[in-house]
Amino acid sequence: MMFWSNVRTVYGKELRDALRDRRSVISMFVVPTLVMPLLLLTAGMIMAKVVKKAQDEASAIVIVGGADSPQVVAALRADARLRTVGIDGDFRRMIAEKRVRAAVELPAGFEASLAAGEPATVTLHYNEGELKSGFGVNELERFFRELRERTVAERLKRRGLPEGLVKPFEVKRSNAAPEKTGGNLLGGIVPYAIVLLCFTGAMYPAIDLTAGEKERGTMETLLCSPVDRTALVLGKFLTVLTASLATMACTLVSMVACLLVGGTLLFGGSAGASGAAASPALTLDPFGVAGVFVMVLPVAVLFSAVLLAVALCAKNIKEAQTYVSPMAIVIVLPAMIGMLPGVELDARLALVPILNLTLACKEMLSGEWHWPYLALIFGSTALYAAGALAAAVALFKRESVLFRA
Amino acid sequence: MIETRELTKVFRDRKRGEIRAVDGLTLRVAPGCIYGLLGANGAGKTTALRLLATLLRPTSGVATVGGYDVAAEPERVRARVGFLAASTALYGRLTARETIIYFGRLNGLAEPELAARLARLADELELHEFLDRRCDKLSTGMKQRTSIARTIIHDPAVMIFDEPTLGLDVMAARAIVRFVRGCRDRGKTVIYSTHVMAEAEKLCDTIGIIHNGRLLAEGSLEELRASYREQDLEDIFVSAVGGKAERWAE
Repeated sequence: MMFWSNVRTVYGKELRDALRDRRSVISMFVVPTLVMPLLLLTAGMIMAKVVKKAQDEASAIVIVGGADSPQVVAALRADARLRTVGIDGDFRRMIAEKRVRAAVELPAGFEASLAAGEPATVTLHYNEGELKSGFGVNELERFFRELRERTVAERLKRRGLPEGLVKPFEVKRSNAAPEKTGGNLLGGIVPYAIVLLCFTGAMYPAIDLTAGEKERGTMETLLCSPVDRTALVLGKFLTVLTASLATMACTLVSMVACLLVGGTLLFGGSAGASGAAASPALTLDPFGVAGVFVMVLPVAVLFSAVLLAVALCAKNIKEAQTYVSPMAIVIVLPAMIGMLPGVELDARLALVPILNLTLACKEMLSGEWHWPYLALIFGSTALYAAGALAAAVALFKRESVLFRA
Repeated sequence: MIETRELTKVFRDRKRGEIRAVDGLTLRVAPGCIYGLLGANGAGKTTALRLLATLLRPTSGVATVGGYDVAAEPERVRARVGFLAASTALYGRLTARETIIYFGRLNGLAEPELAARLARLADELELHEFLDRRCDKLSTGMKQRTSIARTIIHDPAVMIFDEPTLGLDVMAARAIVRFVRGCRDRGKTVIYSTHVMAEAEKLCDTIGIIHNGRLLAEGSLEELRASYREQDLEDIFVSAVGGKAERWAE
């Protein structure tokens, strides 16, 4: 009874202390709720705006050759989606200098070949690494596809044959992803962001509550109290865990809000069903989100305990930061591997911490629920977390760690 | 009551090897007495006091504080001890009131008792003016009074002071000395470490001279003067840590 009362006292004090610390508040609330979504939204909006502008704009092109194909040249010039520019020196240079998006090279006697039914090759020149050049060449492809279809239709008509002769069947794509979500674009990004923010949310409080206390001289003050060391660690650990979970909750809420607002802004549709229809790859299943929250719990415990233990070994904040910062890279790696296409959850990977969470989240957010794997992931991570917490408690009882000179 | 018998603390360092920070320390401090542990920097004073406050575990030997063994029942010992050192700082983001209440709760005080003690300490130490101000906004003197209140909120029978006047100005140091005397007058067992001779002379009923972890001389100021045939404590100290004193200790 006294033990838990002490844990509560330490937790209450540490939480109050953390909430008065500007750096902790920034890493716990401001970054996940404001900075991250603002960055994502701003970047998304700018990108969408730039892409839309580039798509809406008529593509500047240059025609190479075509002196003996006046009708095709005239049709190209008349196309509303294309803006023909006069050739000025080398057309390749014009593309490279972004004066035109693409160039169309018409072979000699192109129209005569069409009339005679002989094969001819039109070459489209563009810069593959350039987005706008890609749009330009797409427009040119559209123009020549339509020209080819018209030519074929005329030839068939002349011979009295049906149009279906050259198009015996249609091929269409259909999205077979589970109904609730359209894909795992977010399924890949959300767990990655959550893992990272869950870690960074715990990072600062863990350092402040251990190495920070040593540096400020309050650790000795605290250790003079008659409270059991385990109660002290648990109180501190719960504070770090709260910070980690608060960061994660803020991230989830802000990402969902960002998605709803962003979906409306980027795709013009209203949020919800129509927004989902407009952008199936950008929808989140609420059950999936709840599942992510549950599955991330033991990972947050693991991060909090490991960070507390590692930071406790340092004698000041600076030293703790040098220990902890490389860990951010270590945890990001498995999260990144989990984002790769083709990496699928199996019994072996379900035992690899962080990677297992990323894969499970990816599945849950796309509506797939493999319960045995989820149980294995939750169980194994909880076990790792318990081990890390036990290590933190053991370290807190070692005077060589607490009073490192 | 504080009693130690052959109390020893050994640190193992990769570069320096085995360091006997406290080496066979035997002493006894009765209630209502101030025992001054006098020694140069690195003599082993802080380690000895940390052993008594159960912040460190002894390598060998025995120490009891308030009747409890420091190694076997550290929590019980800490509940009876108030530890004040130059290095024991306050939480800057908590107010003075929150700090005192926090340590009261950690010491197991019930809320009504805690409130009553806080009110009494606030009167005695004149804390009212800054009780709700954050500790990082307090002056050195205010911090010191808050530290004292934090240390004695649970009314400990034993007070351990580890160079509490280190880095303080004259007025603040005098306030500490006055407070330590008050502890003795209230019948508390007090152990006080210092390297300031004048402080030890003014304050301590018994002075123990410690050097390289070993207690080289012990007695009241008069007894030490008689033993070393010196009047000045500094001269006594120098004699004690020199060859003559080593023979005496043996």
